[in-house]
Amino acid sequence: MVSAIFHSPLDTIGPQAVATNAHQNTMKSIAANAMPTRATASKDVNKQPYDWRSLWLAVLPPVLGFGLLVGIWALVSISTASSIPSPADTFKQAVVIFSDPFYRNGPNDQGLGWNILASLQRVAVGFGLAAAVGIPVGFAVGRFKFLSRMFNPLISLLRPVSPLAWLPIGLLVFKGADPAAIWTIFICSIWPMIINTAVGVQRVPQDYMNVARVLNLSEWKIVTKILFPSVLPYMLTGVRLAVGTAWLVIVAAEMLTGGVGIGFWVWDEWNNLNVKNIIIAIFVIGIVGLILEYALIKIATAFTFEEVKS
Amino acid sequence: MHDNQTTKFIDIVHVEQTFKTKKGPFCALRDINLTVAKGEFVALIGHSGCGKSTLLNLIAGLTVPTQGHLLCDNREIAGPGPDRAVVFQNHSLLPWLTCFENVYLGVERVFGAANKSTGAPSENKAQLMARTDAALALVGLTPAAQKRPGEISGGMKQRVGIARALAMEPKVLLMDEPFGALDALTRAKLQDELLEIVARTHSTVVMVTHDVDEAVLLSDKIVMMTNGPSATIGEVLSVKLDRPRNRVQLAEDRQYVLYRKAVIDFLYTRQSHVEKAA
Repeated sequence: MVSAIFHSPLDTIGPQAVATNAHQNTMKSIAANAMPTRATASKDVNKQPYDWRSLWLAVLPPVLGFGLLVGIWALVSISTASSIPSPADTFKQAVVIFSDPFYRNGPNDQGLGWNILASLQRVAVGFGLAAAVGIPVGFAVGRFKFLSRMFNPLISLLRPVSPLAWLPIGLLVFKGADPAAIWTIFICSIWPMIINTAVGVQRVPQDYMNVARVLNLSEWKIVTKILFPSVLPYMLTGVRLAVGTAWLVIVAAEMLTGGVGIGFWVWDEWNNLNVKNIIIAIFVIGIVGLILEYALIKIATAFTFEEVKS
Repeated sequence: MHDNQTTKFIDIVHVEQTFKTKKGPFCALRDINLTVAKGEFVALIGHSGCGKSTLLNLIAGLTVPTQGHLLCDNREIAGPGPDRAVVFQNHSLLPWLTCFENVYLGVERVFGAANKSTGAPSENKAQLMARTDAALALVGLTPAAQKRPGEISGGMKQRVGIARALAMEPKVLLMDEPFGALDALTRAKLQDELLEIVARTHSTVVMVTHDVDEAVLLSDKIVMMTNGPSATIGEVLSVKLDRPRNRVQLAEDRQYVLYRKAVIDFLYTRQSHVEKAA
């Protein structure tokens, strides 16, 4: 009742008032102690009240999502009589692990930090090699029809092959676990980079090429001012897909090759039957992958410009 | 000889253009004969699909005719070049460069190196930048020079396109429906600006349009084309209206109304477009 009287003069004010209305409607549901809040809200109408509602909508669903995950995890933990450790135990273990991530007790017992860095290093090397080869090949395949017809069947054939199938070949040729893992990353990263770069080159708008012809630009200017900038967004998409796959594959590859690395660490903890650490590793792998993806999306948007529509 | 150069600055002789398509050869243009004098403003008008843009691309050198030849300033047009600058229909600015950089790209190419044919020496960076600034000032875009094309309106983009073309000091300015994508008010404003710029720079202009008012207001000569396929020049109308022209005064001008009627008569009575069933 009170709120109804309260609303009537505000309804005519406009969008801001509507927002405040909605704000107050949510307040209404908070039963008894809502009265004083409403009173303060009325004072704030003129000075743009802080938008708690949208903050709620931004924060609440993700928190609920994580809550659901932890809840199911806890239920599974209880029903398996703690052979899957409970969230609380895992958290305690995580605090211990993260308090000293960079220790070294011999080659097979190193801190989580070292393992992550070792994996990231492998990904960086394999991925860098793939970029060094894949991007120029992509340019060539996109630019020349002959090469595109020559390479397309090969790419179509090899791309669906699981990168792990290449691991034995790597072990055989390079005679070492580390280069074999890098080789696997190389193979899985190269396809998205070739394909996306080639598509980008093929999709350079004809209008831009006409501009280049009318201005009679030099070959160097065409590459630096027209081809490269218009291909860049496609190339970065390729890079993003490649990094995603590489991070997926490195865990599996390291499980097979051993040494130092997050994948090996997971396998090692399984052999020790230390399930808590495995769960921690799952979270860490997820977070690192998320950070890589996010960073590349940021880079990609910074280099994407409005296209001319023809 | 001198006379020949001024009255036949662009000389198109028996040009025919046939495209190869999957369904066999497609004749877009046939038997095109046209001359454009130096400093003349020529409009190409006709229904869509009549090969206006094809003809413009031929003059630009972006395509090569299957038969006949085109001369510009007594030289055969063998390919595109900055002496025949094009203002594209969709502005075609490079979105990753600022307006200044877009214009500078052409300026740098034309004046950054010594010109063999005119003997002009290469200009230094300050001179090149001054040219770019001047071109942007000509179209009234000095404040937007450091903005990217994505940040400015359609009319402004088209003005940058015009500035880019004019900054190269071309012998001929080729415009492919430059204002087609703009709203009526912006279009009128840019037409007035173009009239002013052309009067100041004495440019030779060939413009493709499908707007009757635009053609009559701007041109000295309106080239009306028949419907495609195998389109050709149906009629050429000389527009002898005094310059400077003012659209408000012309709206009641008897001569203007007659010119306008002649073009409309050609387009809608004699060449009324029949939509073919594709």
